[in-house]
Amino acid sequence: MDEMLSVRQLMKTYGKGCPACLDLTGPDHGRNMCPVCGTIVACADVSLDVYPGEVLGIVGESGSGKSTLVKTLYFDEEPTAGEFYLRSYEDGVPNLYDLSSRKKRWVRNHQMGMVYQNPHLGLRLDHSAGGNIAEKLLMAGNYHVGSIRERAVQLLEKTDIPITRMDDLPRYFSGGMQQRVQISKAMANNPPLLLLDEVTTGLDVSVQANVLDLIREIQRELGVSMIVVSHDFSVIRMLTNRTIVMKNGRIVEQGLTDQIMEDPQHAYTQLLINSLL
Amino acid sequence: MSAYNYAFLDENTKKEIRRKTLKAIAIPGYQVPFGSREMPIARGWGTGGLQVTLSVIGKQDILKVIDQGNDDSVNACNLRDLISSTSEVATTTDTLEATIIQTRHRIPEEKMQAHQILVFQVPMPEVLRTVEPSEQETRRMHGERDYSRLWVQLYEDIVQHGEIRISYDYPVLVNGHYICDPSPIPRFDVPKLHQAETLFLFGAGREKRIYAIPPHTDVVPLQFEDYPFTVESYDQGCEKCGCTTSYLEESFDRVDGARHYYCSDTSFCGKKQVEQGELVQMGANWHG
Amino acid sequence: MPLLNIEQLNKSFHLHQFGGKQIVGCSGINLTLDHGEFIGITGKSGAGKSTILKCIYRTYIPTSGSMYYESDSYGTIDLARAGEREMIEIRQKEIGYVSQFLKLLPRVTAQDAVIQELVATGCPKERAEGEARSMLRHFGLAESLWDTYPNTFSGGEKLRLNLAAAMVKRPKFLLLDEPTASLDNGSKEAVRDMILDLKRQGTSMMGIFHDLEFMEKVVDQEFSMQSGSITGGRTA
Repeated sequence: MDEMLSVRQLMKTYGKGCPACLDLTGPDHGRNMCPVCGTIVACADVSLDVYPGEVLGIVGESGSGKSTLVKTLYFDEEPTAGEFYLRSYEDGVPNLYDLSSRKKRWVRNHQMGMVYQNPHLGLRLDHSAGGNIAEKLLMAGNYHVGSIRERAVQLLEKTDIPITRMDDLPRYFSGGMQQRVQISKAMANNPPLLLLDEVTTGLDVSVQANVLDLIREIQRELGVSMIVVSHDFSVIRMLTNRTIVMKNGRIVEQGLTDQIMEDPQHAYTQLLINSLL
Repeated sequence: MSAYNYAFLDENTKKEIRRKTLKAIAIPGYQVPFGSREMPIARGWGTGGLQVTLSVIGKQDILKVIDQGNDDSVNACNLRDLISSTSEVATTTDTLEATIIQTRHRIPEEKMQAHQILVFQVPMPEVLRTVEPSEQETRRMHGERDYSRLWVQLYEDIVQHGEIRISYDYPVLVNGHYICDPSPIPRFDVPKLHQAETLFLFGAGREKRIYAIPPHTDVVPLQFEDYPFTVESYDQGCEKCGCTTSYLEESFDRVDGARHYYCSDTSFCGKKQVEQGELVQMGANWHG
Repeated sequence: MPLLNIEQLNKSFHLHQFGGKQIVGCSGINLTLDHGEFIGITGKSGAGKSTILKCIYRTYIPTSGSMYYESDSYGTIDLARAGEREMIEIRQKEIGYVSQFLKLLPRVTAQDAVIQELVATGCPKERAEGEARSMLRHFGLAESLWDTYPNTFSGGEKLRLNLAAAMVKRPKFLLLDEPTASLDNGSKEAVRDMILDLKRQGTSMMGIFHDLEFMEKVVDQEFSMQSGSITGGRTA
């Protein structure tokens, strides 16, 4: 397996489903709710590859299915159907969705990091910053307080959080700092894959820049493969080489990021590009 | 007591509790739900332990009931009277003589043997409740052995206070799988659960759970490599019997406010005092 | 085999928002670039010159036609149909693109921008630093600017930085989109020296020029374009 990860025919629906669901939803119909049975087709027919050290962008407006997609990759959501292979797990042979939930958790803790738009989802705000990092390390079987704290110091230094704040609660941190603690936590076990879901949305511009620079630095220094989900083309342009465009739960276009921006093919992508400020 | 069925509970109830108890023994540390019955004492006063005791007891048994090591507390006396009068068993205060001991918050000082059963009264059986309010979620966590949040709590304790401050209900890993709450016994008693000769049964009446630690089972308190689990220790011995290896209780003299230390296990302490005068059969220490 | 053989290249843009209006970028383009050769393209703005370059770099997806390129990594490959992975690899190691616009990432100093280009090809960081400095010096970017962010640079400074970033990799094939626009004469000479130097080392180039006098000094072949088509050509 050359790819770091491979996803095939991923589908996630909410509802009982009917034979018409897939035919009557998607960008051609401009909806993701099946008009027959009311099932929401959050994403369908999604196949993608990410190569080692590569950063893949996923753009699309709210409701396009991009967040559902990454949450399904992080096992936050159970897919309705589909395959998911990770090179770093048993040479990419087993479909990860067929694993027991304990093995899925192992893959998630050892091989992936996730940074959510909302720090409440990625952090326990009533645990200290260090405790949040400790949680990931404990999951991976490190039961030595001294070495946990050593690693936490490394990570917090890297993400520019003052070490004096290590034992404070992230509840009282600024939004940008919370995102940086989330990144520290996600990187705690040096995972080969990092998933970033709208990580700069809602932050002040200068803080956004700071978080993006940090992500770029991590990518450059550690060669981590990343999937970056954003509705913001400037984030995508800055971080990615390749981009996937989603609408109504389907991939409508994929290509080199500069090509997507300068020569968009699909009507929806053209609309997105023309809407840039 | 002919108005009641033998051992108070009806036969179907006993059958159910025995089945659940067997299941609990088969899966060490796993909390088995059971249909907890209304008892003639209030929930939270030992109804879980009482139901387990009444379902396993037979006329040949000899019963001991302790409340924090004490045979004479009101609660211990009432439970002992209820059990002995409905199940027609002899009672004792001597750990060595008893075949079934029902306890609240202590394990006797004298080592128990293979023919004995220790039944614990458990107020809150779910060790994960402090970190997760949802029962559905705690069950998933147990099933997947997802205990990191409990560990984080211990980590935070060390960071904030320099040590793990849990003094009772200390979480233990049973047979390498489930983490369970050994009921509110002091840390001092936790090592007694490890590779014991005796069967330990835990009953939580209000929460409707039964769990067990069978004999010869590994029971390991959660600890960090650099912050090992420790038990309480005292600078002095019991002021009554002079024992320096038992778990002591602190009490204050109401008159002069002086602080005194006595054995928490009153039967053990009594025997120790007598031992100094005459020949008494004393049990072994739990470890060595 | 030539380095690049373009056959019947067409590129048109389909604008969905305007009722499917078609805009022709270029059509019927046939070009052959030999190894070590430099082709210059002239024409008014809007004639389709940049379209050809962007098709080769695959910033644009060609509508039809083929562009056979001799790649070190992949052998003969049709850039019109090459996969995204191949294009990323070819861009990183073989084909450079220089324009007068700043394409660099924000908040990266001028020097780091050049260093990162080299590091991406696998060059060790220490050596990359040395080469980046000498390249910036060669293009006459004031040393006081090396440690600053290029977004405040003048057009000429940005162009010089872009040239340095593209040329530091000594690519096998270089696309130059108006490489001398808004440069003073001294800087133009530095660009010319570098171009001649790269040519001596075997780099092939294709460039768009407004400055015909400058172009004539460096190119081997010259084509002129009008309304998306090549209308004339001559060998220097």
